[in-house]
Amino acid sequence: MLDFGPFYLTLKLAVTTTVILFIVGIPISYWLAFSSSRFKVILEAVVGLPLVLPPSVLGFYLLLAFSPENSFGKFLDTHFDLRLVFTFPGLVIASVIYSIPFMVQPIQSGFRVLPKNLMEASYTLGKSKVTTLIEVLLPNIKSALLTGCILSFAHTIGEFGVVLMVGGNIPNETRVISIAIYDEVEAMNYHQANVYSSILLVFSFLVLVSVYLINHSMLNRTTSHD
Amino acid sequence: MIEIKINRKLNGVNGSLDLRFDTKIKEGEFVTIYGPSGAGKTSVLKMIAGLLVPDDGRIVVGHSIWFDKSKKVNVRPQLRNIGMVFQDYSLFPNMTVRENLEFALEKGQPKNIIDDLLQLTELGQLYNKKPAVLSGGQKQRVALARALVRRPKLLLLDEPLSALDSEMQSKLQDYILQIHEEFKLTTILISHDLLEVIKMSGRVLVLEDGHVKKDGAPTAVLPLGHLKELLSKVAF
Repeated sequence: MLDFGPFYLTLKLAVTTTVILFIVGIPISYWLAFSSSRFKVILEAVVGLPLVLPPSVLGFYLLLAFSPENSFGKFLDTHFDLRLVFTFPGLVIASVIYSIPFMVQPIQSGFRVLPKNLMEASYTLGKSKVTTLIEVLLPNIKSALLTGCILSFAHTIGEFGVVLMVGGNIPNETRVISIAIYDEVEAMNYHQANVYSSILLVFSFLVLVSVYLINHSMLNRTTSHD
Repeated sequence: MIEIKINRKLNGVNGSLDLRFDTKIKEGEFVTIYGPSGAGKTSVLKMIAGLLVPDDGRIVVGHSIWFDKSKKVNVRPQLRNIGMVFQDYSLFPNMTVRENLEFALEKGQPKNIIDDLLQLTELGQLYNKKPAVLSGGQKQRVALARALVRRPKLLLLDEPLSALDSEMQSKLQDYILQIHEEFKLTTILISHDLLEVIKMSGRVLVLEDGHVKKDGAPTAVLPLGHLKELLSKVAF
């Protein structure tokens, strides 16, 4: 009997991560796109780190940070009764950090290619920065927002190293699909591993196809009138 | 009375430019700023609008100080109550013509001004269209109407007609003059088109290399030889 636990858990993790990243990613991208602060490069580098670091390195440091043996983990444990090692919330935080460039970079470049005059026109019409962001900027970078969400979602589904380090392999808590596949292979259950893998393969393919479809139709709608 | 005395160092393609702009404009006056590209015309307008901060100086409009470096005053563009029309129109692509205008409404402002403006600029038929399907002249009228929704006292026009053909230019020039009268505006127009300057304004400021080189009636101030040449072409 096929255990759907890992699928459910993976989807739950990917959706949660994407929603959090969407909310966190917009202000970060906005700041990176429009700020002239000297410290911008620092934040830009921090956001980009997960792209170059092996997931195991990131996972290792998160494991250390989350561990109740250390100050941050101990602080969370004593003040909030929150354990992040080998738990789902810990997995969510690790995923958010791990996938942040996939949300921030598309939105940031979306902001950058918008004509600056749109923003200035809105200011001269008496509108605040927040109103301008919500009513003028974001509706005009829908394609970038969608790309950010899809990439973050897909990247979280494909996660392995970070999850293994921070989450381990606890059924219905941290045993996501990629871990389950690894586990089945280790136990020589090739058939089971194959079933999981092929479902993931087909699912990922369909997600990407639908994204590109939506993106193409959005692009066509904006260019065909010109 | 509007008093502008500002300066700012600009870094452009032709190296750096020390922009010094010093003038007084009477209420209800229609002034053009004429000059070659790169002379700092747009920067002047942006500093009046509050979109660019001068390095030094002051801008006083009526009784309110918009900018004063020595007093550390810099009123946000949102609070300056100006109407500004950009060279590229800057309509919001996600909104229809009507929505573009409605976006500019202030909280609690009655909506009937939208219909008045749509009618005035002959956009009534197009209210439901997105900017992408409009012609240049139509876009420009939307931009103009949108800039007037808040009933500003000061209208800033940054080469609003430069991308249009001459017939459309002439028609829109008439619109702008009509609106200037009807809304009792003080208008500052940037233009590098001599004929436009002569038609539109009683006073022109010639901006060259970041300085106001000449100030007066267009016929007295503009390069007349060049003008005669242009006029002879128009005579055909």
